[in-house]
Amino acid sequence: MITLTWLPSLVIGLADICAAFLFMYGLQRMSSPATATSGIRVAGIGMIAAVLASFLYVFSVDPAAKPLLPVNIGLALTALAIGGGLAWLAGRRVAMTAMPQMVAIYNGMGGGAAGGIAAAELFGARAHGATVLVVTLLGGLIGAVSFSGSSIAWAKLQGVINKPLRFKGQQVVNALIMAAAVCVAGVIIYGGGASATLLWVPSTWICIFFAFALLFGIAMTLPIGGADMPVVISIYNAFTGLAVGLEGFVLQNPALMIAGMVVGAAGLLLTLLMAQAMNRSVSNVVFTNFGEAAKSKPGAIKGEEKPVQAADAAIKMRYAASVIIIPGYGLAAAQAQQKLYEFVKLLQAAGVVVRFAIHPVAGRMPGQMDVLLAEAGVPYDMIFQLDDINDDFATTDVAMVIGANDVVNPAARTDKSSPIFGMPILNADKAKQVYVIKRGQGKGYAGIVNALFYGDNCNMVYGDAKAVLSAMIEGVKGLGAAAA
Amino acid sequence: MNFDIALTGFAALYIFMLAAFAGWVIIGRVPAILHTPLMSGSNFVHGIVVVGGLFTLLNARDVLEQSIGFFAVLLGAGNVAGGYAVTSRMLAMFKTSAPAPAHKAHHRARSHRAKKA
Repeated sequence: MITLTWLPSLVIGLADICAAFLFMYGLQRMSSPATATSGIRVAGIGMIAAVLASFLYVFSVDPAAKPLLPVNIGLALTALAIGGGLAWLAGRRVAMTAMPQMVAIYNGMGGGAAGGIAAAELFGARAHGATVLVVTLLGGLIGAVSFSGSSIAWAKLQGVINKPLRFKGQQVVNALIMAAAVCVAGVIIYGGGASATLLWVPSTWICIFFAFALLFGIAMTLPIGGADMPVVISIYNAFTGLAVGLEGFVLQNPALMIAGMVVGAAGLLLTLLMAQAMNRSVSNVVFTNFGEAAKSKPGAIKGEEKPVQAADAAIKMRYAASVIIIPGYGLAAAQAQQKLYEFVKLLQAAGVVVRFAIHPVAGRMPGQMDVLLAEAGVPYDMIFQLDDINDDFATTDVAMVIGANDVVNPAARTDKSSPIFGMPILNADKAKQVYVIKRGQGKGYAGIVNALFYGDNCNMVYGDAKAVLSAMIEGVKGLGAAAA
Repeated sequence: MNFDIALTGFAALYIFMLAAFAGWVIIGRVPAILHTPLMSGSNFVHGIVVVGGLFTLLNARDVLEQSIGFFAVLLGAGNVAGGYAVTSRMLAMFKTSAPAPAHKAHHRARSHRAKKA
């Protein structure tokens, strides 16, 4: 009789290697907007193959798990249906402006799953050998931190938690929590051989370990403010990737190892790019209570903010030859992206050359402004990144800033005492005329007075971005009607 | 025949090193305009952790392991489905101002001319 006991592991192996290849090929196709849609589809095929093949694990389960197999299969299908179904519906329905918190929560889910795998390995005492045990613990630690940290990031972005929580000695407390988690991990590693004693009850220590890890993720994220979120989301993306890769080693699954490490490297790269765009180190973003330290000197800047009516600003732009628009988080907060493009189309119809300039850290996650503009229907060849457009401001008639502040503050170029000195900014101040749409007088996230607003060439348009843009549209349309 | 995989020590480190390098190079070429979909796309890719969750759940020997495994699969499945949904939605929105079907129209015009001749 021919036995085919090797067949399931062959199929699983082939499916996993296909998945690993398709993930990398899919991500590679995402490097251009023209091929990006097919990229995610390619990666999706890899995922389906790997998930379907993983049900072949039923042919080689742990003998002790055999009696429970039918129940476990039922549980697996239920979990897939509920988790996948709910997340799919949420992902289909969420508003584009809510994308940062959505990405944060999916990211936390991945970290939680990796932490769960580590927990099962530890509680079940499956991880044999010091190396595997260390890797399991490390992956569990990173996964749990990513899970709780991403959850806090979600709560902040969603507005459930409104203010950064800061207190004196916070860094010391955070360091102590991390040290405690590492110490408990040490106890688990060294106690692994001994049988249960009064001080050594493995499951208790494992619980304490995860409690500290989860607590650290919360404590680390609570003090971080909204505008630093692009860095935080990128870090947790890298963390989850790393945790998945490490647990992939524990489970001896190269597809998890490869996918996890690819994502880990991607997240690290994005983290560094975001920190670079703020001219700060990653540790400065995570461990410094930015904003509080920034005490601006009142009266250091001469001049005053000069308000102007939306319609007047709109008419000025209508007769300009070139306009550059700089969107910031305020555009997303006001959900004004559609109105903005409606206004831009009116300008274009009048022969004005309109372009968008995006700062790398505008918004709450890398590239958020690009997505909002794309949603409104703005073609991506109208959207320019900092380095590509910054020299053109000097020859531009009007620069219009919408809900952005620190990324256009010329103090970053000139004022050595400014906390944002050295940060690359968009040179809006060099345009012949600047309009700033802003909810009211006030400082930016960094708490710094913006010299741009006081410049001779700058006028303020106060109000909600959506209302202001509606008034601008009316202003230009009214002009057309009057002419006719 | 045996197709079980055994990756230990340096073999695993080599895989990690090459994968991290590949990730760095691939992602480094993605333009800033696509950074959000890239992040949610890579988010989707680490959803492969659901496969590890399935392995854990199918091998669960008691209620504790079943609970943890269920939790891991639930979260992993959410990661996969949600990551895919938002990424494909975002990517579908990116368009150029050059009329998209120009290439097709051009093709049609050419074949039309060919027929005339």
